Amino acid sequence: MARRGNGESKRDKIVLTGIAGRLGRLVVRRLHREGDGRVVGIDRREFPGRPRDVEHYQVDLRSKKARDVFRAGDVRALIHMGVMHDPRQGEAEHHSWNVQGTARLLDACASYGVPKVIVLSSANVYGPRPDNPQFLTEDAPLMAGQHFPAIRDLIEVDMLASSFFWKQQECETVILRPVHILGGVRNAPSNYLRLPYVPTLLGFDPMVQVIHEDDVVDAICCALKPGTRGIFNVVGPGEVPLSTILQELGRKTIPVPHPLAMPLLTALWRGKLTSFPVPELDHIRYVCMVDGTRARETLGFRPKHSLKETIRAVNAR
Amino acid sequence: MGATDWIKSRVQAWVDSKLEPQFRAKLRALPTRQNEYGFDPFGFNRDEAKIGALMARFFYKVYFRVETHGIERVPPGRVLLISNHSGQLPFDGIGIGGALLFDHDPPRIVRAMVEKYVQTLPFASYIFARWGQITGTPENCRRLLEDEEAILVFPEGAKGISKPFTQRYQLQEFGLGFMRLALETKTPIVPIAVIGAEEQAPAVNVKSIAKLIGAPAFPVLPLPPFFPILPYPVKYRIYFGEPLSFDGDADDEDEVLEEKVRHVRNEIQSMIRIGLKERRHIFW
Repeated sequence: MARRGNGESKRDKIVLTGIAGRLGRLVVRRLHREGDGRVVGIDRREFPGRPRDVEHYQVDLRSKKARDVFRAGDVRALIHMGVMHDPRQGEAEHHSWNVQGTARLLDACASYGVPKVIVLSSANVYGPRPDNPQFLTEDAPLMAGQHFPAIRDLIEVDMLASSFFWKQQECETVILRPVHILGGVRNAPSNYLRLPYVPTLLGFDPMVQVIHEDDVVDAICCALKPGTRGIFNVVGPGEVPLSTILQELGRKTIPVPHPLAMPLLTALWRGKLTSFPVPELDHIRYVCMVDGTRARETLGFRPKHSLKETIRAVNAR
Repeated sequence: MGATDWIKSRVQAWVDSKLEPQFRAKLRALPTRQNEYGFDPFGFNRDEAKIGALMARFFYKVYFRVETHGIERVPPGRVLLISNHSGQLPFDGIGIGGALLFDHDPPRIVRAMVEKYVQTLPFASYIFARWGQITGTPENCRRLLEDEEAILVFPEGAKGISKPFTQRYQLQEFGLGFMRLALETKTPIVPIAVIGAEEQAPAVNVKSIAKLIGAPAFPVLPLPPFFPILPYPVKYRIYFGEPLSFDGDADDEDEVLEEKVRHVRNEIQSMIRIGLKERRHIFW
């Protein structure tokens, strides 16, 4: 077992979980362009169109094989993006994959002395609430689970990472909490904005923050720089009302009175006609915005895309 | 373009025709931040705020015929406006907002701290934000003071606005939060007395119903003469006091802060006393 001290220069692998996802591919492309070190992917999914020099292990995060990737002791950094978000997967599977998977990965990082761990969490962990201040800082409590129990595993992933941050002082842990990521990604906000007719809540038009997928890749690259550690909210170019985004995209909206929206969506969800869980309605009702000052000052992160480019990115393929 | 957009553009055109070009130019020159879509981080938008300004002007000039005293005492830059609160519906906020918009040169947008409960109401939740009003949390207030904005706080809170007629012009207990913020951000405090609002809607508060529906208050009014939702057209008189500056530690014990808050409260109470003495009639 090649442990730490065996020459840090030999550490040249960057491990990406969730590499086959849209964001994973974007990160791979960027790492390639910057061209340092080998890229290793761990993902249960296939990775079609994989560059020849990227190693890919099509294994479960919780499996021994995933741990084997770290065993040689040549991993320079782990970028953990392989968190499952698909609400249609069972809640138990979700929990086990996300929480156990993350715990095992972090354990492997501790055992084999990985010097850098980046966990991609989300600003959604704070939760949209009527009494939120306009901008939440990194110290705000993670309240998303209050009305949305199914999201607790994502909060736990964040918590696991932050306790790892405190326990493993020699490892540089970075937790990124980006706002709604827009682009070709298939996440809830982008899918919502791509609907042909977008349902909204009548009389509610919260301010929202969005970020371009490329800017998230930038933030990950900033976090990879040696010497950076901590928890960072990652914000895009600004904040706009939801209605402005829909106008910019030229979407037709269907305003639904909020007392009707809940039972309606519940029925659709039961009938498997929608992939939006009912508690996500709060995202189009209340604010959940974060303060990105710390990332700007400590990571030196600045979004490159304007608001308009970011919003239009959902149409990109 | 959908029907709502068409209505919006018609309303905008009508509002523009009602407001003088000089006033519109002044609104455009407001020093608040805005992004490429014309919104500030709190959702304030100049174009949509014009509708609010027009409505405020009606209440300010026609309905309540507001008379302001000492508006020039409001200093430029960050400032906390502290006022008495009454009248069941926050028309006193409109009065103060109108004073800084129509009688102050250059006009300023007053950002009031709105009850969090409003965020759960349809329409009000976002219209308030478009017109520059913010959810009442200390973090929001701090952020805006650092942006050199004018913040309106009613330290009496819900107890003040829902006070029954028998308690008019008796200041309720003041919260301490505004003083902590003033000390922390070194913000001058302008005490304000609003005369008139306390008689606009003589009410009896039915506390049991308020509790039942989870609202801060449930005032029951005898029907006012015109519409059940409008208060009586009393005459407003708004007195602005000399700005007060306080020094000290924002994390002091409550007793130390209470001392300072009492100073502000007494100032407002004595301005109310003078205002009531000077007034000839409730309605004119």
